[in-house]
Amino acid sequence: MKSTFTRALISLSLIAGLVASASAQTSLLNVSYDPTRELYQEFNPAFAKYWKAKTGEDVAFKASHGGSGKQARAVIDGLEADVVTLALGGDIDAIADKGLIAPDWQKRLPHNAAPYSSTIVFLVRKGNPKGIKDWGDLIKPGVEIITPNPKTSGGARWNYLAAWGYAKQLKGGTDATAQEFVKKLFANVKVLDSGARGSTTTFVERGIGDVLLAWENEAYLSVKELGPDKFEIVTPSLSILAEPSVSVVDKVVDKKGTRKVATAYLEYLYTPEGQDIAGRNYYRPTDKKVAAKYASQLGKVNLITIENFGGWANVAKVHFSDGGTFDQIYANK
Amino acid sequence: MSVAGKRVLPGFNITMGYTLVYLSLLVLIPLSAVFFKTATLGFDEFWAVISSPRVVASYKLSFGASLLAAGVNAVFGLLLAWTLVRYSFPGKGLVDSLIDLPFALPTAVAGIALTAIYSQNGWIGSIIEPHGIKVAFTPNGVLVALIFIGLPFVVRTVQPILQDLERELEEASASLGANRLQTFRFVIFPALFPALLTGFALAFARAVGEYGSVIFIAGNMPMVSEITPLMIITKLEQYDYAGATSIALVMLLVSFALLLVINGLQAWTSKRTGRDR
Amino acid sequence: MSGATATLAGHGGSVSSRYEDSSATREPTWVKWTLVTISLSFFSFFLLLPLFAVFTEALRKGWDVYWAALVEPDALSAIKLTLIAAAIAVPLNLVFGVAAAWSISKFQFPGKQFLITLIDLPFSVSPVVAGLIYVLIFGRQGWIGGWLMDHDIKILFAIPGIVLATTFVTFPFIARELIPLMEAQGKEEEEASIVLGATGLQTFWHVTLPNIKWGLIYGVILCNARAMGEFGAVSVVSGHIRGETNTMPLHVEILYNEYQFAAAFAVASLLALLALLTLAVKTFVEWQAGKSNNQSDKEE
Repeated sequence: MKSTFTRALISLSLIAGLVASASAQTSLLNVSYDPTRELYQEFNPAFAKYWKAKTGEDVAFKASHGGSGKQARAVIDGLEADVVTLALGGDIDAIADKGLIAPDWQKRLPHNAAPYSSTIVFLVRKGNPKGIKDWGDLIKPGVEIITPNPKTSGGARWNYLAAWGYAKQLKGGTDATAQEFVKKLFANVKVLDSGARGSTTTFVERGIGDVLLAWENEAYLSVKELGPDKFEIVTPSLSILAEPSVSVVDKVVDKKGTRKVATAYLEYLYTPEGQDIAGRNYYRPTDKKVAAKYASQLGKVNLITIENFGGWANVAKVHFSDGGTFDQIYANK
Repeated sequence: MSVAGKRVLPGFNITMGYTLVYLSLLVLIPLSAVFFKTATLGFDEFWAVISSPRVVASYKLSFGASLLAAGVNAVFGLLLAWTLVRYSFPGKGLVDSLIDLPFALPTAVAGIALTAIYSQNGWIGSIIEPHGIKVAFTPNGVLVALIFIGLPFVVRTVQPILQDLERELEEASASLGANRLQTFRFVIFPALFPALLTGFALAFARAVGEYGSVIFIAGNMPMVSEITPLMIITKLEQYDYAGATSIALVMLLVSFALLLVINGLQAWTSKRTGRDR
Repeated sequence: MSGATATLAGHGGSVSSRYEDSSATREPTWVKWTLVTISLSFFSFFLLLPLFAVFTEALRKGWDVYWAALVEPDALSAIKLTLIAAAIAVPLNLVFGVAAAWSISKFQFPGKQFLITLIDLPFSVSPVVAGLIYVLIFGRQGWIGGWLMDHDIKILFAIPGIVLATTFVTFPFIARELIPLMEAQGKEEEEASIVLGATGLQTFWHVTLPNIKWGLIYGVILCNARAMGEFGAVSVVSGHIRGETNTMPLHVEILYNEYQFAAAFAVASLLALLALLTLAVKTFVEWQAGKSNNQSDKEE
C-alpha cells in the first residue's frame, strides 16, 4: 500500500513539475479575428521551429479568435495579448488610443504593418444562376445578398466600403450617388449576421441568399471546406485592398518581457516562409516573389485602398458612427 | 431592533448580514456600475441614445416578441400542465422531466439547433417555407426561440397549483349540474389564474434579456429583427461603453419593475390559494 | 424559479388516476386525447425536435468523429473549466441560498418583498449586461482594473471572471427554491427545538434541513444545470483563449465557427446529455421526495 502511495506522490510531483516547467516557457498570446484561425494554426508551429533553431528557446502559443472589434475591446479591457492581428487598422488604432500600443505602430512594420492583404469577393451558388458579375448586379431586384453587419463585423466594413468605392468611381459618381447605391444594395440584404463566419454559415449551411460578400480568403476556404461542387467565386471589377494589420502590444510585452520574441514573430510573417503560409491560406502575400507564385490561384482585381476614404479614423466617423451613412440607410427606409 | 427581543429563533443577524453582503458584492455593486457609467453622459445624450429609432425598433421587437412568446407559452404551458397532471398516457414521466430542458440546455446550442430546424433546408423549414411561412431569419424566428426558453416557467408554476386543487370543488360543481367546460371556466380557471399570470410574467422577464439563442435565428436586420441586447453589443463594437450602459439601464429598470410585479403576484397567489397553510 | 416545485414532488401519477376515475372530474375520452395530442405536438415541435437535432447533427459523421471531438485537448480543457466554474459557483450560491432563505422566511422585517426582488434581479438581467458589469469593474479602464493590473491579479479573461459571471447568472436559483418552501413550513418546529435547549445550528441541522432536503437538492440541480450552460455572460468575460478560458458553450461556438459542425454538435450533445442527466437526477429526487411525503402522510 505504502509503495503505491509513494508512487502516486512521485507521479503527482512529476506532473506538478511538468506544469511548472510548461509555465516557465515563453508563451505568446495572439489575439486575432475569426478568419485567421487556419492561418495561424499553420504559422505558429513554423515560427516555433524557426525560433528554436535560432535561439534555442521554446515558445508556446495561445490563440484567441473572435469578431475583430470584440477582440480589440478585450485587449483594451485587460486581455494580455502580446500581439494583435486584427481585421482593420482601425481596431488597432482604438487600442493605441488607450496607450497600450505606440501611436506610430503602423510605421514599425512594412506595408502599413499589414504582412498580407485580402480583398472582398462574391461567393455565388454553382453555375451562378443569377448571373452576378460585378457590384452593379447586386442591386438588381430579386438578388438576395448575405453580408455581416458593418456595425459589428470588421470584414463587413470592407464590404461596405468596396461597394461605396465602386459606385463612386462610376461615371458621374459622387458621395450622394454612392450612398444611394449602397442603400439599394442593403435593401437586398436578407440576413445581417453579427460576424463573418456567421454569414458564411447562413449562406452555405442554411442555403439562404444568392450571393455572399466575403473576404477573399474566407471565400476560398469555405469553397474548399464546404463544397467545391456547390459554389463559385466571382471577383468583381473593382474591390478594396483589405489590410488586416498586426502589432505588438507594447504595454504587455514590456511587462512580460516578451518584446523580442513577439517582434520576431510578427517579422517572421514577412519572411518568404511566413508569406508562403499566408499564400497557402488564400491571403495575398505582400512579398512580390511569393505573390507571383499564388497569383494564378486568386482572381485579378483593381484595388482601391482605405486611403481613398481618408483613413480609418475618418471612415469610422463618417460611415459607421451613430447617425453615420450606414445608419442613414436604415433610418430613411 | 426592538422586535429582535421577541424573536425566539437565532441567527437573524448573521444570515441577514451575510445575505446583504453577498448580494451587494455580487449583484448590487456590479449593477451600480451601469448607473455610474451611464451618468457620465448628460441627460440629453442619454435620451438621444435610448430613443434613437433603431433602439426603439429593438424595444418593440424585444418586448413585443417576449409578450407574444409568453402568451403562447401561457396557453400551451397550461395545456401541457393540465395534460401532465390530469391524464395518464405512455411516456408521461419522460415528457414531464424534459420540460426543464430549455432551462439546462446552453442558449447558444438551442439557437443553433432551432436555426438548423427552421431554416429553409431544415426539417420544419423545408415543409413550411414552400407555403410562404418563414421562421428562421425573420422576427418569427425570435418568437420561436423565446417560446423555447420560456416554456418551463409556465408549466412549472401552474403544475403544482393544479395538483393541489381540491377535487371536491369540481365534484360539487358537477353535482350542481355544471358541465366540464363550465366547471373549468368558473371553478378551475379562476384558481389557476394567478399562477398562470406569474408563469407568464416569469417567461416574459426571461425572454426580454435573452441573447444567445436569438442571435443565431433572428437575421439581425436593423429596424426589423434586431433585439435590444444586440443593440448593446453594437454600441460596444463602436467602443461606446456609456451608450451601451444607457440601453442596459433601460432594460435593467424594466426587469426590476417586472420582477416587483411578479413577486406581488406570487404573494397574491399564495394568499388566494391558501398554500401557506 | 416558481418556488412551488417542492410540493409537486412526484405524486403526479396518483393525482391523474384520481381524477380519471371519477365521472365528475373526467372529460370525455375524445377531449382528453385531443388535449394530449395538442400539448404533445407542441412539446415535440418546440422541445423534442431541437434536442433530436443536436444528436442527429452530432452523429452525422459517425461515432469516430463524435468521440474525437470530445477527447480533443481543447474540448477536454473546456469541459474541465466548465466543471470548475460550476463547482465553485454552486456551493457559493448554496450557502447564500440557505442563509437568505433562513433570514427571509423565519423572520418579519420591513422591505421583505423588495429584498426578494433584488435577489431575483440576476434572473432577468440580460446575460450581455451581466458580463458587461464585470468588465466595467475589473476591466483595465474599470473601477479597480488598474489596481489589479499593477498587482498582477487577473480576474477578467481568466478563471475568476468566468466563475463570477457564472455565479451571477445562477444567483437566485437556490434561494428562490428555498424561500417559499421554508415559509410554507412555518417556524413552530424550530421554535420548539430552541425552547427545548438546542442551539441554532443544531436546530437547523436536525429540524430544518430534513424538511427542506429535497427542495434544496432540486435547487442545486437547477443551479448546476444553468451554471454549466451559461453562454452570453461568460462569453463577454472569457477572452476566448483556446485551451485556457473557453467553457463548453464557448467551445461549441468556436467549433461552429470553424465549420466543424459535427464536432460542435458533439460537444453540444455532451451538454445536452449533462442536462438530461441532471433531469434524470431531478426526477429521481422528486420520486424520493414523493415517497417520503407519502410515508409521512400515512404516519399522520
